[in-house]
Amino acid sequence: MTTTPEDAASSSSDAPGNGESALSAAASSQVPDAAGRFGDFGGRFVPETLTQALDQLADEYDKAKRDPQFQRDLTDLLKTFVGRPSPLYHARRLSQAVGGAQIWLKREDLNHTGAHKINNTLGQALLTRRMGKTRVIAETGAGQHGVASATACAHFGLPCVVFMGAEDVRRQKPNVFSMRLLGAEVRAVESGSRTLRDAVNEAMRDWMSSVEQTHYIIGSVIGPHPFPMMVRDFQAVIGKETRGQCLDSFGRLPDCVVACVGGGSNAAGMFYPFVEDEGVRLVGVEAGGRGVEPGEHASPLTFGAPGVLHGSFSYVMQDEDGQTCDVHSMSAGLDYPGVGPEHSYWKATKRADYLHCQDSEALDAFDKLARSEGILAALETSHATAKAIQIAADMPSDQHLVICLSGRGDKDAMELARLRGEAWE
Amino acid sequence: MTAIDDLFADLRRQGRKALMPFVTAGDPDMEFTGQLLEALSDAGASMCEVGVPYSDPIADGPVIQASYQRSLDKGFRLQQLFDLAASLKPQMAMPLVTMVSYSIIHRIGLEAYVQRALAAGYSGAIVPDLLVEEAAEVSRVCQAHDFNLIQLVTPTTPRERQVQIANSSSGFLYFVSVTGITGERNQLPSDLVENVQWLKEQTDLPICIGFGISGPDTARQLAPVADGLIVGSAFVRRIAEVTPDSRAETIRQVQAFAKELLAAMEDSGP
Repeated sequence: MTTTPEDAASSSSDAPGNGESALSAAASSQVPDAAGRFGDFGGRFVPETLTQALDQLADEYDKAKRDPQFQRDLTDLLKTFVGRPSPLYHARRLSQAVGGAQIWLKREDLNHTGAHKINNTLGQALLTRRMGKTRVIAETGAGQHGVASATACAHFGLPCVVFMGAEDVRRQKPNVFSMRLLGAEVRAVESGSRTLRDAVNEAMRDWMSSVEQTHYIIGSVIGPHPFPMMVRDFQAVIGKETRGQCLDSFGRLPDCVVACVGGGSNAAGMFYPFVEDEGVRLVGVEAGGRGVEPGEHASPLTFGAPGVLHGSFSYVMQDEDGQTCDVHSMSAGLDYPGVGPEHSYWKATKRADYLHCQDSEALDAFDKLARSEGILAALETSHATAKAIQIAADMPSDQHLVICLSGRGDKDAMELARLRGEAWE
Repeated sequence: MTAIDDLFADLRRQGRKALMPFVTAGDPDMEFTGQLLEALSDAGASMCEVGVPYSDPIADGPVIQASYQRSLDKGFRLQQLFDLAASLKPQMAMPLVTMVSYSIIHRIGLEAYVQRALAAGYSGAIVPDLLVEEAAEVSRVCQAHDFNLIQLVTPTTPRERQVQIANSSSGFLYFVSVTGITGERNQLPSDLVENVQWLKEQTDLPICIGFGISGPDTARQLAPVADGLIVGSAFVRRIAEVTPDSRAETIRQVQAFAKELLAAMEDSGP
């Protein structure tokens, strides 16, 4: 019996678990199921060696979630160590310049360590202690998760190893320094595309050999169950606060919420508490890189297809043989060929819209926000800013749009200088 | 009955153990891989595991990972995997199984993968990132086509779950010797023998031990315990040294290494 490649291609679209069945149902916040499935997405596709650690983590997280002491410890840390709640700021000058909806900024950049990542690393570091594990590993792209992991580990006295693609070590030097100052070991990963994806591979490999004593703090809503659920829950503090702050500031929920999506943790944390509020439009913005051709962008939800990467079934950039494609974004934190499974679920159920924003548009938005509001946003965040400005321009002035200002832009100063051909002294 | 089922039935009758080398398809090119497979068969290898290069292999150590990258850099396409088995000499009796990521199977479609692999001459697949919870559909399709689905048991797998994995596997069971990634080790866990012996009492499926077997010493030590041994990185490392001028020499060295392992396994006999 022979099968042509054409047959194979057509049968792949008939294969079970391609995400189609989720289309009929509305998005629920009661996901994932016990197997870690968000509709058809998610699950666990990892070597057997990791199963026990993942079961232990799911079990321990479940207990911690219901343990008032754990919740008190985390809430206290978020308040006194991170500085939460982060403000919801009315960007009046930007709103005026855009001439549409009122634009509000959820200031995750004002958190300790300068981004939303710390919400998750403190939660997972607390869990690490609960599980009696004595070492932490993490991957990082832009370095924000690496710094947040190094910070949480320093706080708890845990040794920390951060895997970072060699290309990212180059373009995010300030964060590499910070991690080392915090006592973490940064390992530059030279394999593959030398970016976030390779850092995840290397961290997983380390975990395969060290799993009995080591916890892997994944930095986004990716990876095998329970990571996508757990990281979303730790980041959901963003959306919960935003809800309350919107009610306090303008007496109702926002009309639209916009966040950038690499793996998708700040977006998941912002969107999740709004999932069942139908009047709130949710918009995720992927990295459109330099163009729409394969290899020029990092927009799997826009241009990819459902597949398996890093232990989870979700949208991914793959070729027809299942090899992961190289992707591009000037922003290290978005330079990733996959995306969290819950975003695939929200796409399939049409609960969230996913747009893509090119490097050049994000750079313009970076400048606009800097000069109208005096805020240097991360390049990742600037993708959300760019699309939010376009969306807000078409909305009436009595409507409200919230941008998740996921991180501050100081870390990008050197890279911005390089992109603009300016010398860095 | 697949070729693998027949093989283990024969070996058990003869009181012998299987040696299963692992080679990466297309490292450094497909023609060489074909020659290697025939040479390994001639040297007495019982079966061979053909690694399907994948861009993001999280279970593999640096040696196999680098071999995947070399093959992908040369432009490896999945069609070549199927062409490879179909191109081998018809008299080559050694069964072949693919070691393939579920990422690849999912992309081309489960039915399509099984049908094309079977048509090409492969007897089964080892899918290192497919857990038993996600394996029901794969197991069903493989069974329907008389294609073996070989699953892995590791030192961190609880005993109850080991039995569950054995029950949904066919051909043989892959017993991972160490908690970690593929690669040669000087020392294997002290409770390995006891653990394999326990599992042998729970299942009729042949058990092959893999990961970490570096040479004749570890082979001699483990052969009495299992139905077969899988040796990957130690072969791939030798293959990695090939140059355009040393192809014949590398094949001879690989054959010699296979014979050394076989001799060690024979003289460890009961």
